[in-house]
Amino acid sequence: MNSVTQAKDKDIREDLSWSQINRDVLASLERPRATYWVLFALAFAVFLVGLGCEAYQYDTGLGVSGMNNPDVWGLYIATFIFWIGMSHSGTLLSAILHIIHADWRKPIYRFAEAMTTFSLMTAGLFVAVHLGRLWEIYYALPYPNERWTWPNFQSPLLWDAMAIFTYLSSSILFLYVGAIPDFAICRDYATGWRKTFYGKLALGWMGTDRQWRNFRVSYLVIACFLIPLAVSVHSIVASDFAMSQQPGWHITSFPPYFVAGALYSGCAAIITLFIILRHVFRFEEYMTLPILDKTARLTFAIAMVWTYLNCIEYATVWYGDSEVAKETLMQRATGPYSVYWWAMNFLGSVLPFTLIFKKVRANLSAMMVISLLLNLGMWLERWMIVTPTFSHGYYPWTWNHSFFPSLVQWGIVFGSFGWFGMLFMLFCKLVPSVSMYEVKEMVFHRKLARLHASQA
Amino acid sequence: MSLDATLNDWTKLRQTHPLPGSHPDLKWAMAIDLDACTGCNACVVACYAENNLPVVGKEKFAAGQAMHWMRIERYWNEADENAPEQGAQFLPMMCQQCEAAPCETVCPVGATNHTNDGLNSQVYNRCIGSRYCSANCPYKVRYFNWYNYPEQVKAWPEPLPMQLNPDLTVRTKGVMEKCTFCVQRLTDAKNNARTEGRPIRDGEVTTACAQACPTSAITFGNLSDAHSQVAQKWRLQRVELDKDKQLKDIDGSHPGLRGYRIFEDLRPYPSVMYLERVRDTQA
Repeated sequence: MNSVTQAKDKDIREDLSWSQINRDVLASLERPRATYWVLFALAFAVFLVGLGCEAYQYDTGLGVSGMNNPDVWGLYIATFIFWIGMSHSGTLLSAILHIIHADWRKPIYRFAEAMTTFSLMTAGLFVAVHLGRLWEIYYALPYPNERWTWPNFQSPLLWDAMAIFTYLSSSILFLYVGAIPDFAICRDYATGWRKTFYGKLALGWMGTDRQWRNFRVSYLVIACFLIPLAVSVHSIVASDFAMSQQPGWHITSFPPYFVAGALYSGCAAIITLFIILRHVFRFEEYMTLPILDKTARLTFAIAMVWTYLNCIEYATVWYGDSEVAKETLMQRATGPYSVYWWAMNFLGSVLPFTLIFKKVRANLSAMMVISLLLNLGMWLERWMIVTPTFSHGYYPWTWNHSFFPSLVQWGIVFGSFGWFGMLFMLFCKLVPSVSMYEVKEMVFHRKLARLHASQA
Repeated sequence: MSLDATLNDWTKLRQTHPLPGSHPDLKWAMAIDLDACTGCNACVVACYAENNLPVVGKEKFAAGQAMHWMRIERYWNEADENAPEQGAQFLPMMCQQCEAAPCETVCPVGATNHTNDGLNSQVYNRCIGSRYCSANCPYKVRYFNWYNYPEQVKAWPEPLPMQLNPDLTVRTKGVMEKCTFCVQRLTDAKNNARTEGRPIRDGEVTTACAQACPTSAITFGNLSDAHSQVAQKWRLQRVELDKDKQLKDIDGSHPGLRGYRIFEDLRPYPSVMYLERVRDTQA
């Protein structure tokens, strides 16, 4: 590393002392900026709106969502895919970048991993919300019973439920195991009920050599376990569509397309949360602009992969020459949903080109707006996969071009953002959202590298 | 099947559904003559009465939430100048009771299954309302209970509950339902035949729609019984249950053949054969 590099170009300041890292991060558990409470209250209010809508829908029946005979899925499934997608970049940052030793991930992986967990929990809600008989949801579990009725193992929906549950439990485990040394730091500094709380979570961590060795191995094992899971989860969600017979869904390239879209929206969400956390917890020293720059470049690369796979989707429909599939595609581009479809293509494929410019990547407010718009584009993508196929499928008699979701449906979709925001903010207040021990490692390694460079 | 045989004959493995002769004794099927259909909707009304279908009202019908298991579709050929004189083309559409039903494989809880008399059954008690079956149905003939119709929509105000068919339930909120080929009648006929120790006679049982049709456009019966009316019609039209291409599609030199099944190329192997309408092209 070049020792004359300007301090502002570095991922992290190398003269950060360990006590300062502890102080700064632990402060986030106690004294966030007022913006934190504003955001939390906002998220809670939005959550209550969604909760109200869901209570109304549960009581009255799914008819209030405005869904009808061909359009049986609507926004719930679209938003479900969106949240599953959001969960992917946490694993990308925490597991894949961990394995390839990209150490710039260290200050930001913890909250990205938390984002994984909470967006999976949000996605799980949509599975429940869209069911006609939510109270019978346990029928989908393979539990032994006296009638020997099992769920249908042929159904992609069941694979879905299993993949999500496996991914959720593994990512919670990964998040927890990765945070054990930090819980020990919290325990050592805390007083009162917090001492008991973090003491229990730290599982008696003393920082001995043996503990560190075991810790490293288990962390690596879970990381390796998590990567194929992440890929499988969204591939299976894609199978819900690709395995069906409907035009616009029956496309072999859907699994990689979905995974790329998932990483894409996840990276954009990481940028959004990065900027929010940097502000509310005063993490300017840790969530630095060079790290944002790297994340933005990663986002751009993934955006291009997604764009490629998106074009592949259109091309295969065209090349496959199925009359119905082509018509459904044309319907997306020219029909009643064309505004959203073109917006999705613009936001997903054209807007990321703004990330080419270094000035844009270094501008926090610009990055905030762009990351939100990218995610809007990715949400539209999911909606444009689900709804147009229903409104213009095989059967001409059921074509229904006027379908638009009701306010109840929109309310629940917005409510899910409140639910996610609420859980995420709560998490960041209870668990150090910057990994203290890994930031220390990062500072130490960089200092050491510079020392070697200057001696050479 | 050994691995070698599987790999060598992969296409066969994928196409053996339905197996030829998979229903040796009993396979319910239908033939609908579109030339005889006048679009009078009597079958739809009969279906409502027989199967306890709720009348949802104007607004919900306009919102696409109607519960008609059977529907009469109307098509006009816009390019055809004679269309106004010839009138609309009517197509009675109900669950096609596919032999390789796209809805069956996708249900997460196995609420929709194939019965051994060739019906595509729907188990209301098992259904959790994921609506995946409807999403994957190419005909879109599955209807979801968006509301609690007796309570919330007042589909049967007093004293109308008295006229509900006691042989089947009124379905609850949140389950999927669809045409059953009037399974309550079929079960009854099977029970009677078993009690008397004889096979089911052709014409002994029929569906409500077939019974109500004033022009007898709908023929219902046991396809496995070679002498039944429906089997004779299928045979005359050279339509075979386990084929995805019929003689009519392969060889166009048989102008007399009118039988076809809808979306045959998707290979759901439906149990309903339609007979094309004969148009007088000279008119």
